[in-house]
Amino acid sequence: MAKHHIHAQVNGDKVEYLCETEETLLDVLRDTLHLTGSKEGCASGDCGACSVMLDGRLVCSCLVLGCEMNGRKVETIEGMAQGETLHPLQQRFLEHAALQCGICTPGFLVASKALLERNNDPTETEVRYWLAGNLCRCTGYDKIVTAVMDTAAAMRKG
Amino acid sequence: MRYEAPDSVEGAVALLAGATGDARVLAGGTDLLVQMRADMLDPELIVDIKKISETRAVTEEKGGWRIGAAVTGAELKEHTRLKKAWPGVVEAANLIGSTQVQGRATLGGNLCNGSPAADSVPALIAAGAVATLAGPQGRRDLPVEDVMLGPRKLALQKGEIVVSFLLPPKALRSSDAYLRFIPRTEMDIAVVGAGVSLTVDASGIITTARVGLGAVAARVLLVTKAAQAIIGSGLDEAAQARLEAAARAACRPIDDKRGTVDFRVDVAAVLTRRAALIALDRARAN
Repeated sequence: MAKHHIHAQVNGDKVEYLCETEETLLDVLRDTLHLTGSKEGCASGDCGACSVMLDGRLVCSCLVLGCEMNGRKVETIEGMAQGETLHPLQQRFLEHAALQCGICTPGFLVASKALLERNNDPTETEVRYWLAGNLCRCTGYDKIVTAVMDTAAAMRKG
Repeated sequence: MRYEAPDSVEGAVALLAGATGDARVLAGGTDLLVQMRADMLDPELIVDIKKISETRAVTEEKGGWRIGAAVTGAELKEHTRLKKAWPGVVEAANLIGSTQVQGRATLGGNLCNGSPAADSVPALIAAGAVATLAGPQGRRDLPVEDVMLGPRKLALQKGEIVVSFLLPPKALRSSDAYLRFIPRTEMDIAVVGAGVSLTVDASGIITTARVGLGAVAARVLLVTKAAQAIIGSGLDEAAQARLEAAARAACRPIDDKRGTVDFRVDVAAVLTRRAALIALDRARAN
């Protein structure tokens, strides 16, 4: 059967691609559009390494089909820094050493950005619940939570 | 594998009714895509129902609320008036998965996935929700407790889909609550889930009640005897004991890695009592 011909928007750019029904948005991002920042950890919606924003909503791109994407807007980790200027969350993840192997980091950053856009003064508990769908096997989470809280504090000061 | 995204209920029904092989409805995909990936399913046809406006709307109807089958958990959480009217239903829906899963997961999918541990289903049953189905024979309404027959088994006919749910008008001084037990604080499947909806009179005595219990039998249960055990009471200790006994008696759980039979029965009693107390507090505050 013919492939689906999809027109979508990724990080503000118009894209078009062909995909099979079975291909997920994550497959399309990584293998067709060569945006390999989003990672595949579990492919079952448990680990959050493939987190992206879909029409302003945080989702696992492994749980979205590529063929669902006509007319829709995706934001990935590749759209987070402005040129050479890191997003404040990226900067603080570095400063707090909130990563070791880095596989989970794009997902944590995308998910944390989604939180801070809704709530720039989250409690630690709110941060931990919001990020419960992002798994990290290196850091023990404390440094990640601290980096997010610290970024929120800095963003509140402007 | 074909993918279709019709913009009408009739279009979706025609596609599903005409399918020659396995056909699946795609709402949020948080169960379907996982099962396809695990090779549990290999459908010939996927019908995405999210382009059908009826499945995506939350509207007031006859004093109650109609929730489209493909409305996401995140959208329910942001719906202040719905949350105020049916806090138990919304909190149950919001317990499904992570923030990311909430961005996609739906009430229709949670029900039609056919899991006895589905979090939103005991709360919908307690609320007296009715599912509106559409199929080749037209539309029909089915109480949510009658939709699921057993694990992965539904009362839906070939070509039939769940379009929406109707939550009944909220009586004065009524409310609902849902509690579940999992071994962690987030991201797990219910060992037991308990939904309670009730109404009290001006003196605080319970006049109507409904109790839904999940993960304690092959399907999510409407436990009428548990409701009867507290109607006419102010949920004093004797009524709480009757409620616990009725909840225990209804359980027919399995042993598995999440809990033993005895543990599930104990937890079902405790959660039913606690959910009833929360619902009572909320009802008296209304």
